[in-house]
Amino acid sequence: MRIFFVVFIFLISCSGKDDTASKVDIFSQQGILLLGNGTEPSGIDPHIVTGVPEHKILLALLEGLVIFNPKTNGVLPGVASEWSISKDGLIYTFTFNPDAKWTNGEIVKPEHFVYSWKRILSPELGAQYADMLYVVKNAEGFHKGQIKDFNQVGVSAFENKLVVTLENPTPYFLNILTHYSTWPVHPETVEKFGGMISRNNQWTRVNNFIGNGPFKLDSWEINKSLKVSRNDLYWGNNSNKINGIEFLPIENELTQDRLFRSGGIHLANTVPTEKIKRYREERPNQLIEHNYFGTYYYRINTNKYPLNDVNFRRALSLSIDRDLIVKSILKGNQKVSYSFTPPDENSYNPNTKLEFNPAKAKLLLKESGYDVNNSPLEVLYNTSEGHQKIAQAIQEMWKKYLGLNVVLTNVDWKVYLARETQGEFDISRAGWIGDYPDPFTFLDMMVTNRGNNKTGWSNSAYDEILNNAASKISTKQRYELYEEAEKILIDELPVIPLYTYTRTYLLSERVKNWQNNILDTNPYQFLSLE
Amino acid sequence: MIQLILKRLFTYIPVLLVVVIITFLMIHAAPGGPFDAERVASPEIIEKLNEAYNLDKPIHVQIYNYLFNAIQGDFGPSFKYPGRTVTELIMSGLPTTIELAIYSILFAIFLGVISGLVASLNPGKILDIVPMSISLLGICIPSIILGPVLVLIFGIWYEVLPVYGWGDNPGDKILPTITLGTAYAAIFARLTRGGMLEILGQDYIRTARAKGLSEIRIIIIHALRGGILPVISFLGPAIAGLLAGSFVVETIFQINGVGRFYVQAAFNRDYTMILGTSILFTFMTLTFVLISDIVASFLNPTLRDSGGLE
Repeated sequence: MRIFFVVFIFLISCSGKDDTASKVDIFSQQGILLLGNGTEPSGIDPHIVTGVPEHKILLALLEGLVIFNPKTNGVLPGVASEWSISKDGLIYTFTFNPDAKWTNGEIVKPEHFVYSWKRILSPELGAQYADMLYVVKNAEGFHKGQIKDFNQVGVSAFENKLVVTLENPTPYFLNILTHYSTWPVHPETVEKFGGMISRNNQWTRVNNFIGNGPFKLDSWEINKSLKVSRNDLYWGNNSNKINGIEFLPIENELTQDRLFRSGGIHLANTVPTEKIKRYREERPNQLIEHNYFGTYYYRINTNKYPLNDVNFRRALSLSIDRDLIVKSILKGNQKVSYSFTPPDENSYNPNTKLEFNPAKAKLLLKESGYDVNNSPLEVLYNTSEGHQKIAQAIQEMWKKYLGLNVVLTNVDWKVYLARETQGEFDISRAGWIGDYPDPFTFLDMMVTNRGNNKTGWSNSAYDEILNNAASKISTKQRYELYEEAEKILIDELPVIPLYTYTRTYLLSERVKNWQNNILDTNPYQFLSLE
Repeated sequence: MIQLILKRLFTYIPVLLVVVIITFLMIHAAPGGPFDAERVASPEIIEKLNEAYNLDKPIHVQIYNYLFNAIQGDFGPSFKYPGRTVTELIMSGLPTTIELAIYSILFAIFLGVISGLVASLNPGKILDIVPMSISLLGICIPSIILGPVLVLIFGIWYEVLPVYGWGDNPGDKILPTITLGTAYAAIFARLTRGGMLEILGQDYIRTARAKGLSEIRIIIIHALRGGILPVISFLGPAIAGLLAGSFVVETIFQINGVGRFYVQAAFNRDYTMILGTSILFTFMTLTFVLISDIVASFLNPTLRDSGGLE
């Protein structure tokens, strides 16, 4: 026992930390960012991956035609130094920056984008984000195999220009281009290591990877770290003050929290809910909380009785005290939802309401003719303490104000997804984060028979309004139509919005120029370290 | 002996075959598939994905194809990590997991056997009660609690040990080793105490004492050999348990081992990865049990003579 104690003390003394400098201190001086990045990325092929951790890495390694502007939510020049839009809003002509290069020194050409877009739209690749490009003329037809000749798709290269023809005027098209699914891959590399449509392509391996972003791939150890360093050939290096980034796949939020507190990472991308209050009090400068472009809602299966009755759905919504949920359960500065699309005071701000009115709810329930002694309704959610707390609160409210019996069912993530997709649910918890900053990314979901609708709800007036909006060049006119659609949605309630997401995370004060924006996206070349 | 070992090795084949077939059937029966996602892919895309991963074929054809490839060492591509094979992913984490398991078992043997020995030599006294009470505590505290507590004390309050990683910073292997090994140290302590108490009451120990041999010689040479037999027998299942249970410690300390794949694969419905890790852990369990049986046979002639290895 004594020997063990001596060995232990020896090991401790060997590993004693320098009191003055943490890892974050040392790496800040070297200009290297240490980012907690959630789960291990499933890959770094922009045409195959679908998750947030992957997005954070691709933001360093690749660049699209435009860059997301973290201050305005708009766009900045990327591979395209400038662009023009035809008067009818259908044709975009992008002029390429002659200094935009791949990490092997080759110039990024418009042909590379044509190849890349052909790749993601090839049905054989099975890309799950291919529909981001459906706004391009004939892209959907090609992806669904109805059009075989890619020359019919509205994208072509001409000298140093890329010409894109759209199906409809799509004023948010430039915003779509900030999504990684539209970013380029290096054609020769992709062909060399597996071919255009191979999902087992080896081009993303460290020694094979050719990118065009502000950073190049240095190493990738699975479940340990992915390291990138400054790409000396990047055209925008004058403003890039970061020398490298280490992405650490830390899934467990408590582990991430401990690592942040011990000075091991600059950013912990999540905070345990129970610790938010303490951070607010003790480390307010490190706790970041801002609006996020996402809505937490309950999805209703409108194919089932009594949920097919609009009055019943309204009664459900009217008897939910959203304020109580946000203030007493979530406690993370979330905003109560009054619309399906998260509102923005400076742009799209729909004038819809979701009130808490138990008396009215009771009347509507009576009107629906539903007998509360019927077999109970089921609320389905994927196993999570957070979802459970909300579900329990709502179960309690429906019992108290309507006398409804509700059972809660929690299942693992894949079972939850399968049951939702197959319509095997009454009410299910759901969340949606917008892919680009435009209301269409939310409203389009609820169009008849859309894959992500999942409610069985169909409203021809709603579909028609969204269809009309697609042809409007004026953002103001388009938003007016979206508001009309939003009113229909909130009136019919195939989805019951509960609150707008808030992003809550921990950021070292050494990271400068960080912008709190609704997409939670900060291109690293605009950051600096102190 | 060699014949017996070969005989045991031969039994691996039907065991692994049954494990593969049962696992295959169970994962296909489980609701939800590898391509279910919050953002629903169109039926056309799901069809293409099923084709790409041979999921469009009848289940018996899938099992046959899988076994045919697995015999040749090809465990297929991971569904979750496109472009990577299951073998590659497992091999990326296996050395770390094995290293973690070895350190933990050494820690557990060292601490457990010494504590058990001390307790057995002082039955009913303070040196018996204290280690045995602590060992009971060690068995009761799960690693999911012990790990964060150790991190809090040594990593955050006193800042003497790193709180994450494996082999990246000096001393970062200490806390994971203690966290994973403690429960087994406690079990080993109790097994050693029980085994030693039984041996110390045997006639041949009394004879040795009567012959005037020194107490240390009696304990080390004569008693310990039989006294730690329960520990040796438990070593095989213990190592297998450590490997399978390393997931929690790997998650707490951010260690890139294979245990994380074992659990995540099930949640992700990463069929090939579930099969690959199941085969690996079955193989390792069989092997470590075999090794501990061989060692036990060497230490105990009666076991060897009676064919205990069988």
